Amino acid sequence: MDWQFVFSQALTQAIGPTMLVYALGAIGLNLQFGYTGLLNFGQAAFAAMGAYGLAMAVVAFDLPFWWGIAIGLAAAVVMALLLGIPTLRLRADYLAIVTIAAAEIVRRLARATVWSDTTGGSDGMRGFSEPFFEMNPWPPDATWEFLFVSMDSGRLVIDFGIFSLQYSNRDLWVMTVGWALVLFFLGIMALLVHSPWGRVLKGIREDEEAVRSLGKNVFAYKMQALVFGGIIGAVAGFIFALSRANVQPDTFTTDFTFYFYVVLILGGAARIFGPVLGAALFWFLYNLLSQGLIQAVRAEVIPQGMLSTTQIGPLVFFLLGLGMVLLLIYRPQGLIGNRKELMLDVR
Amino acid sequence: MLLSAALAGLLLCLGVSSNATAQEALGVHGTLDDQQDQPVAGVSITVTDANGTEIATVVTAEDGTWAVPLETEGDYVVILDESTLPEGLVVRNCKPRLEVPISSDRTALFPLDTQTDGCTPGESPTGDDSPTSDAGGDPGDESSETDDSDAADDAAADEVSEVEGEGGATRAISLLVSGLHFGLMIALAAVGLSMVFGTTGLTNFAHGDLVTFGGIMALLFNITFGVPVWLAAIAAVILGGAFGWAQDWGLWARLRRKGIGLVSMMIISIGVAMLIRFATLFFVGGERERYDQYVGQKPWDFGWLVITPKEVVTGGIALAVCILVGCALLFTRLGKATRAVADNPSLAASTGIDVNQVIRLVWTIGGALAAMSGVFLSISDGVKFDMGQHLLLLVFAAVVLGGLGTAFGAFVGSMIIGVFVQMSTLVIAPELKYVGALVVLIIIMLSRPQGILGRRERIG
Amino acid sequence: MSDKERSDNERSDTAPTEKAPAEQAAETAPPAGGTPAGKAGITAAKAALKDVPPEPGASKPDPILTASGVRRAFGGLVAVDVDHLEVQRGTITALIGPNGAGKTTFFNLLTGFDRPSQGTWEFDGHRANRMRSYQVARAGMVRTFQLTKALTRMSVMDNMLIGAHSQIGERMWAGLFPRLWKRQEAANRERALSLLERFKLIDKRDDYAGELSGGQRKLLEMARALMLEPKMIMLDEPMAGVNPALKQSLLEHIKDLREDGMTVLFVEHDMDMVHEIADWVAVMAAGQLITEGTPDQISADQRVIDAYLGAHHDAAQH
Repeated sequence: MDWQFVFSQALTQAIGPTMLVYALGAIGLNLQFGYTGLLNFGQAAFAAMGAYGLAMAVVAFDLPFWWGIAIGLAAAVVMALLLGIPTLRLRADYLAIVTIAAAEIVRRLARATVWSDTTGGSDGMRGFSEPFFEMNPWPPDATWEFLFVSMDSGRLVIDFGIFSLQYSNRDLWVMTVGWALVLFFLGIMALLVHSPWGRVLKGIREDEEAVRSLGKNVFAYKMQALVFGGIIGAVAGFIFALSRANVQPDTFTTDFTFYFYVVLILGGAARIFGPVLGAALFWFLYNLLSQGLIQAVRAEVIPQGMLSTTQIGPLVFFLLGLGMVLLLIYRPQGLIGNRKELMLDVR
Repeated sequence: MLLSAALAGLLLCLGVSSNATAQEALGVHGTLDDQQDQPVAGVSITVTDANGTEIATVVTAEDGTWAVPLETEGDYVVILDESTLPEGLVVRNCKPRLEVPISSDRTALFPLDTQTDGCTPGESPTGDDSPTSDAGGDPGDESSETDDSDAADDAAADEVSEVEGEGGATRAISLLVSGLHFGLMIALAAVGLSMVFGTTGLTNFAHGDLVTFGGIMALLFNITFGVPVWLAAIAAVILGGAFGWAQDWGLWARLRRKGIGLVSMMIISIGVAMLIRFATLFFVGGERERYDQYVGQKPWDFGWLVITPKEVVTGGIALAVCILVGCALLFTRLGKATRAVADNPSLAASTGIDVNQVIRLVWTIGGALAAMSGVFLSISDGVKFDMGQHLLLLVFAAVVLGGLGTAFGAFVGSMIIGVFVQMSTLVIAPELKYVGALVVLIIIMLSRPQGILGRRERIG
Repeated sequence: MSDKERSDNERSDTAPTEKAPAEQAAETAPPAGGTPAGKAGITAAKAALKDVPPEPGASKPDPILTASGVRRAFGGLVAVDVDHLEVQRGTITALIGPNGAGKTTFFNLLTGFDRPSQGTWEFDGHRANRMRSYQVARAGMVRTFQLTKALTRMSVMDNMLIGAHSQIGERMWAGLFPRLWKRQEAANRERALSLLERFKLIDKRDDYAGELSGGQRKLLEMARALMLEPKMIMLDEPMAGVNPALKQSLLEHIKDLREDGMTVLFVEHDMDMVHEIADWVAVMAAGQLITEGTPDQISADQRVIDAYLGAHHDAAQH
């Protein structure tokens, strides 16, 4: 079997467009969960707000692309306000239940046939991404070569000998924008969490009553964190929708949210670079496992009857879920977290 | 890139994928789902022109989709070959044959269910009397036919909710009864969830998967070992209890001892839910599986109420069990200890109650009740790897409605949610009935966060 | 550091508020630094309370806090039902009473952490009964908790800094521009350092608050409350869970607060401690204010003794 191919694929994906979706979603979650302690179990719904806001504006209402972006962001803000107002004064698990329920409402509404003219129903929507790809500055027919980097009629190949990374012309554009957004939000996060504002958020995570007794309007801070984290979630939704050139309601399930948590905890919550490292590792492992297993079955390294190709998906997810649980139990600080800090969490 | 998109699709959709056909093209397509919104593969669909000349016969794909491209506009007939349907499934409105006027790419829908809505098979229209609404040319206009594609993840009585052509009052009564039945199923799961929350403070996101576990275990005994359903059900409930016990023994008790925070535990519970769900998917597959008995049971028709015997039996048992658990909580020593721990664990511990033992017991009972709920739901609607996950949100709604942590509140909340979900189909599209219940959940949070029976928490 | 810090402190002490006699007296005392030399505060407090009759709801010459008809019921149970209470500015007032007397609930009500069924109160001339907890704190009434609420996974220094009031950088948009708040942050840091020194926590400033002992957490909580430069500080059982060695220094710190011109209201069980530091004592039982007076008057009061014994009797019934 072709280990080189598997490895190259996994590495290509580890910094590719989908990984950026996870990184962005987890950055938003990091602000909400990592720094403020808000249990947002509906990050998928925020991503859906972005993706559907854009798609519906462009496809169903014939609005310009940038209007779609604005509508997606506005939808995420509205949703954060709607969810936050009833729950942010209550105990943490109420927000968890309400957000998980809201995410399910959004998904079911999106796939309902009642208004599928507008939302596309369970088939979703396509045909909104062209304005985005028209802005692509990477020439689609460029061909050049420089050391180990080459461009073959728009397709970028980075050849390291043992393995190589390959990206199509469209991928390149998605990645350019995606990485720029990741760096932009990381920069903002770094400024914010090291400011007095960020200090109040961390205080709220530790003990909101104490922070309230010090004259801080805890509700307002939580709301700001929820809204801004939701906005980043919506941006993740944009990248998700654009990279796939379609939106589908059933991609925005609770599992999607849970992968954001996996990414965040894998990388290390309440660490600026945690989400990016976590996303790269998560998506690398996922691709390595699934590609490896698919290749192994094809090459009959794994005997035929033992594992069918349709079982590979569940198996990989089982392994990732298991890894997540073990990680939370034995290394809750993730890759770059601070063990000492976490040991103090005993309350 | 295509590969990554495909992978993302594999990752995220788990069986649902986009329509592959170009939208502008002329043709007819659709997605075949069963009443639980699960794709049905391997069903033959034939398209003929108005004269009956066959144009194409296709077989639905893994994700239930099918499509037939056409070259000219005009009237066509789409026929679903009922003999190729999986066992237990029928076309609910008895219309496996649809007339479709084609002027663009259109959708043709066949609502599938475990039994028909009372129509007579074979009576299907042959053309002249069937307006295009049957064909689903415009999916937006016909929620009544496509509804259950999603909304019917629940078990209980969709068959009843689909009774048509009768008076509104009759329909309301049928919905009320099916709602009560569904409420009892929710209650079985909710009581356990609520007791675990009450005694440990943990919001267990894996509780829904204990429901699935029960359904799967009964399936294992019934199909693989050939045991009759009633015996398989008992075995599943026992195993469910054992599973609850083992989870607490092997995982949660250890985490509590380790002093892991509740928030971490909550996330771990989501991980556990995933583990159970994907293990099920791995071993059982993504299809809806049915037991070999009671699948297409003939309902009793009282004129004012149509109900299947299996509903009466499972509902009766569930009610009896709920009453039993309630009495046990009120009158037995262990029950009192449980309530004491829920009230104040440290105080309970200081009065000589072994808190860990009480929690272990709560997990065991919770697991058994959830398994029972799973078996009963599966008898009505079959087993699927994510059935518990969908039920869980309604269970949450019920528990929050009744007041977090109170077993009696959970029961009352469950009945309200069950009835609400079913009765709401009188006014809203059935596919949105879950949405209605979840919206109610959020409204309750807003107005009365302690639940209808809960006490306002005292600060300090 | 000391010069700059001192001038900082002086500035904060002479904050533009109307000057109560006690406050003026405090200014003549040496500025913060923990020297027990200044006794002006206690003298002023004693003088002010000299002519107040020892009866529940007695009016004081210059009350900073005036509460009337405060009632809080949980279901059928009335936890607090206080007709009238005034707290004299610049004094240390103790709120005592048997377990379940409603002291902490009353505290929560006054500080906005709980909502009353009915009742009004004024703090420093402003209606305070509709304020939320953070507004109460901003108005100058800061509380501590019975179970200390140190922000465990933050450093001691961050615990202090979060207490500082009206920080520009606590606005979200301003957080993005360090230039806007760097200078204020540095000033707050200076002030935090001087407070940490006064509370003998200076060596711990870079440790996590979660690593401190119980008594040190109490000290940190008090120091953090002072970062708000409050007019009145409410201590909920400041001695609970503090080892005897630390108790004495904690007492001294509380006395210093009065010398700095602050009003202190604290909940306590321990009569000895109340005797040592309180200028005035209010006694609650079964939710009601049963009497007030100086510590000497209170320990001689038969009603108080009855209340304590009666409470035991009540408790047995529950």
